[in-house]
Amino acid sequence: MSKIIVMTSGKGGVGKTTSSAAFATGLALRGFKTVVIDFDVGLRNLDLVMGCERRVVFDFINVINGEAKLSQALIKDKRIDNLYILPTSQTRDKDALTPAGVERVLNDLSKEFDYILCDSPAGIERGALMSLYFADHAIIVTNPEVSSVRDSDRILGVLASRSRRAEQGLEPVTQQLLLTRYDPERVERGEMLKVDDVLEILAIPLLGVIPESQAVLRASNVGMPVILDEASNAGQAYTDAVGRFLGDEIEHRFVSPQKKGLFSRLLRRSA
Amino acid sequence: MSSANQVAERDAPFQLRGNSFTMMVLKVNAPNSQDFFPQLNVKVRQAPNFFRNAPVVLDFDELPDTVVFDLAAFVAQVRAHHLLPVGFQGGPRPVQEAALAAGLTPMPTGRAAKLEVAKGPDPRAANPAATVTIEVVHRPAVVVTEPVRSGMQVYAEKTDLIITASVSPGAELLADGNIHVYGALRGRALAGVSGDINARVFCHSLEAEVVSVAGIYRVSEDIGSDFFKKPVQVFLREGVLRMDLLKTV
Repeated sequence: MSKIIVMTSGKGGVGKTTSSAAFATGLALRGFKTVVIDFDVGLRNLDLVMGCERRVVFDFINVINGEAKLSQALIKDKRIDNLYILPTSQTRDKDALTPAGVERVLNDLSKEFDYILCDSPAGIERGALMSLYFADHAIIVTNPEVSSVRDSDRILGVLASRSRRAEQGLEPVTQQLLLTRYDPERVERGEMLKVDDVLEILAIPLLGVIPESQAVLRASNVGMPVILDEASNAGQAYTDAVGRFLGDEIEHRFVSPQKKGLFSRLLRRSA
Repeated sequence: MSSANQVAERDAPFQLRGNSFTMMVLKVNAPNSQDFFPQLNVKVRQAPNFFRNAPVVLDFDELPDTVVFDLAAFVAQVRAHHLLPVGFQGGPRPVQEAALAAGLTPMPTGRAAKLEVAKGPDPRAANPAATVTIEVVHRPAVVVTEPVRSGMQVYAEKTDLIITASVSPGAELLADGNIHVYGALRGRALAGVSGDINARVFCHSLEAEVVSVAGIYRVSEDIGSDFFKKPVQVFLREGVLRMDLLKTV
């Protein structure tokens, strides 16, 4: 039985696509057949982050419109077995996402895949609604700052009222928080919200804390999901988060400041 | 009650039970005014379906003692506007007697005792036979056990609202009665939205954007640090919104 996960946030620029790419890769590394779908029609980015932008011929919208077969649009990842990308259209807009079309594609995918990961666009309009409507599970990506927390709170409300599970009175969409771009030193200085502050407002289980890391931008620019950068804090944090998602008991790391001093830094780098 | 009695009641030709009904109150301030019925007409025309044959209670409480008017003709005029006067509240003695004679039922005023004392002896006390007791049927509160998120709005119509989780910034709570938040209140909470000045807001941690009782409100900026993030009740006293710390065990 396949599971549909939506990576969503309300706010833009918090790391949904980075997290989608990392998470899908992590699930595939754990042996699950996984597909990650870009719902950000017109602002296509997932293919860049996944490093498959030069192999896009047909896309999600073509499949919805019956212009291409699903197998033609799915791109198999070159690095990881079991990992597929369904890119979206850069020339169309969100209106191309019809509920019936999205449902049909998800139904077809669920016959083949263990996990279907939907990378939501920002906002609470059609694109975001379509990406979360069919979800079984939601990962809420939030930055430790008030506007992001408020937007995440809004999206949680939308999940509770406008998802298919809510509308049909089924078990509610399960939810977990992924706190990204967390900088423990700035938190210590009072410039950022603490993990506990965010959890207090959002009141959902914590899936993981991804530290602010230069590795993220570096990985994006070379088209490699950051989870594959095993030396980086961010990569390790995503690996932990995937483990927790699958039920492993893993302690949260990267939530308090690193010890100062060149020696400990060198040690951590190589760890 | 024994089961035998219950069976007997079921077979009885009638049953007598209490019930409560919501009725509009038509506050009669100046029955002789030239503008009274033209203005009533305008009001009724705004929502003819809503007002058609709606039962109303005539409130004579604000009538001056000296007023003289033909109550029977007045009631007939109100009926002509498709409102059905069924009862009355308060008013000078002659008006009350005329209303009783016209077949209207005296209704309990439901006002604070203080006001009645100020008006002298309770008019109903002088006429105990006419006093009716209406059993108020319990109207259950609206209970929400999940967090109320930003952008959500919850309205408890004609009752209390109880939230056993936190209320996020950007969420809005509305109730005709009281609002209880057993968690942090970070959004807006408007109690007594239909005008109940006795409604209150209770919360475990007051961090609200706006709190209001019967339209009298206070914004976050004006909530002093004495009350911020504290268990607080908010209520009206003499038309002023007041806050009290709740004693916690």
